[in-house]
Amino acid sequence: MMTASDDTAAKTAKRPSIDFKTIGPALALLLLCIIGYLLNPSFVSEGNLTNLLTRSAFIGIIAVGATFVITAGGIDLSVGSMAAAISGVMIIVMNGAVETMGTGLPTVLLGCGMALVLGIGAGFINGALTTKGKIEAFIVTLGTMGIYRSLVTYFADGGTLSLNYDIRGTYRPVYYDSFLGLPYPVWVFIAVAICGWLLLNRTAFGRYCTAIGSNEAVARYSAINVDRVKTLTYVIQGLCVAFATIIYVPRLGSASASTGVLWELEAIAAVIIGGTVLKGGYGRIGGTILGALILTTIGNILNFTDVISNYLNGTMQGLIIIVAVFLQRSDWKLGKSK
Amino acid sequence: MNVESSASAAVIEAVNISKSFGPVPVLFSVSMDVHPGEVHALIGENGAGKSTLMKILSGFHDPTSGQIRLDGEQTTLPANGGAEKLGIVLIHQELNLAEQMTVEENVFLGRELKSKGLLDKAAMRASVQKYLDEIGLDISPDDRISDLTIAQKQMVEIVKAVSRNARILIMDEPTAVLTEEETEVFFRQVRKLKDSGVGIVFVSHKLNEVKAIADRVTILRDGQWIDTRLSDDLTPDMMAQMMVGRELSDLYPPMHEADVDAELVLEVENLSAPGIDTVSFNLRRGEILGFSGLIGSGRTAVFEAICGLAPIEGGTIKLFGRETGSMTVAEARDLGLAYLTKDRKEKGLLLGKKMRPNLTLLALPKFVKNFSLDSKAEEAALDRAIRRFDVRARDRDITVGKLSGGNQQKLLLAKIMECDPKIVIIDEPTRGIDVGTKQQIYHFIAALAAEGVSVVVISSEMPEIIGICHRVIVMREGHITGVLTGDHINENEIMRYAAGLKREELH
Repeated sequence: MMTASDDTAAKTAKRPSIDFKTIGPALALLLLCIIGYLLNPSFVSEGNLTNLLTRSAFIGIIAVGATFVITAGGIDLSVGSMAAAISGVMIIVMNGAVETMGTGLPTVLLGCGMALVLGIGAGFINGALTTKGKIEAFIVTLGTMGIYRSLVTYFADGGTLSLNYDIRGTYRPVYYDSFLGLPYPVWVFIAVAICGWLLLNRTAFGRYCTAIGSNEAVARYSAINVDRVKTLTYVIQGLCVAFATIIYVPRLGSASASTGVLWELEAIAAVIIGGTVLKGGYGRIGGTILGALILTTIGNILNFTDVISNYLNGTMQGLIIIVAVFLQRSDWKLGKSK
Repeated sequence: MNVESSASAAVIEAVNISKSFGPVPVLFSVSMDVHPGEVHALIGENGAGKSTLMKILSGFHDPTSGQIRLDGEQTTLPANGGAEKLGIVLIHQELNLAEQMTVEENVFLGRELKSKGLLDKAAMRASVQKYLDEIGLDISPDDRISDLTIAQKQMVEIVKAVSRNARILIMDEPTAVLTEEETEVFFRQVRKLKDSGVGIVFVSHKLNEVKAIADRVTILRDGQWIDTRLSDDLTPDMMAQMMVGRELSDLYPPMHEADVDAELVLEVENLSAPGIDTVSFNLRRGEILGFSGLIGSGRTAVFEAICGLAPIEGGTIKLFGRETGSMTVAEARDLGLAYLTKDRKEKGLLLGKKMRPNLTLLALPKFVKNFSLDSKAEEAALDRAIRRFDVRARDRDITVGKLSGGNQQKLLLAKIMECDPKIVIIDEPTRGIDVGTKQQIYHFIAALAAEGVSVVVISSEMPEIIGICHRVIVMREGHITGVLTGDHINENEIMRYAAGLKREELH
């Protein structure tokens, strides 16, 4: 990776418009895929690639939401717990509706509707507490993270909540079936990614997120309703968590205290690897998608090879995050900037 | 070519320094030297290369060619503030103090006194107290930096430099944010330092101050050395002319008489808000209304309240004859009211972004087409703004933080004008910008008024208030103390109202 970056540095010496920040994550992913292929050619089999994409979808969808929150200068640590709590409530609601509504599509739709309402609601709570309550986002979401996590444990009575077996049959295709060769979760991922990209890069709302993350005072003086925009970023985050949960529940058909553990960190990692700046003001949806793919690919490669133990997955992910951020430092090739 | 001002040898000399950033040259063979015990002022328009030269003198930039001589010997200054060890200290315009730490901790930051491996607090405090007494600064070593005024912070920076045995002190516009009284106190300290043999490089746009404090003056224009002269041989007017390279007799545009019967566009009655109490005034169409007074007298607070940036506690506001109540900033904008902040770096512009998103941010709803931003329209707007306001950028894609102060101010003005306001409030229109840009901004304000836009100018610089305003309101401690028109608009009158020596019963 060093040589690749050196080359780019040499080329960009005259034209600074080709930014290593932009192509870095793509190069990294490409490199990982080549390594994967060299270690085990079946890495590029259609089956493995679809599997990889499907697995990326959860973190990827959540990370798209996180990109908005982080770009606007916030942070949301509660997404993993939120996903667990939403899964729990979805399962309880669907199981409870079996008597009256049966085990067909309406029940599943009720569950999904419930998930969306909960996601939006939970996001709104996070947003309102940070903006109207004037509490640091880190503290607010640390608090709600604990609350949601303990709620799902409480609902499951310390064990596991399982979805009614017949509903599972109805719901199953959402995770396991495909359309045009791609599993549904991947389609949802693609749709969320495209909407996210358009929203961040092509609308006034996206510009406002960037402005607020760059400098909140400037945003306020520029007639931007800072509280509303910030709250909306958390609502978008909640909505993304709800989408991820909707495609996650049919995978196992259960929820427990260990559902979605550490998802918040993976989502934030995906965002950062993708080149979004953690302190806000600069966001890249495309990078986030690549970041999510990179994280999943590492795990996938380790599954395929004996060279490095699978238990070192976290180590590899951690290294990638640190290396990615190191390479993104804009001044490392120029020596000193100002 | 240089005027030798004293027999003593120069501490630091820059000889034929050139500097380019990439392909862009910013300094062309500039020479300058600083003697012990002199104040050497460096003046020039924004973008003339003053900052670059200062940074080269203090080791923050390397010269592309030319020599730096320290005590007569050629040297390469250590980078990133390492030159402090050699006694060369640069005080940045954005002060470099840890806000949450105390005065004592800041002064000794990085070279704390220790005894037996632990911090020797008592010794450090005593040492800082000694410096504070010497300089006559009435603060405690235990005060937190964030609790100090800007002037006091400035002094702490100087104490910090002195405690490091600075031989050369380079100061970038130290008086830009000081009131006149604070500047006086500040100059007294500078003279003390000078008497103790410190060489001082002083950058300022306030030419009267330069005249008052400097021994020698070096003038830069467009990266070229123009002249170095004894300050006694120069007048502020001569300095201005040498900086700009042209006659500046028409700094202020000819005044169009205001139409006293024009309709009232803004009527404020008994407005109370944080920092102001029962303020009443009117603004007419096409009028340029000045707001004068000391810093902190409530001028900015009045308009932050009117424009929805601060809560209103009482009173009424009528805009174009209609009562508005309290508005959001967006509502004020939509009604044609726009406020241009005096704090362009913290509240006005996104320094890390390019010109385009900065230009269109306030008026962004105008650029939305089918729910998405119309980037072609934005580009066209930038084209227009660059032409209309003569924004000079090395290239279009430069981040705004890299523009010179004058160009930033022009861009900010363009940003405000992008929403086509009927009433513009400009807070400190020319703070920290050069004479040439000032002139452009004054002419622009006059042209706006002639088109029927009403302009409020809040300013601490009396000459500009006197030079461009039809009517002047003077504030003191949150109240309006006087309204001046015609021949009454003069420095003497304004000062008497501002200082509380005179007060007029209003309405």
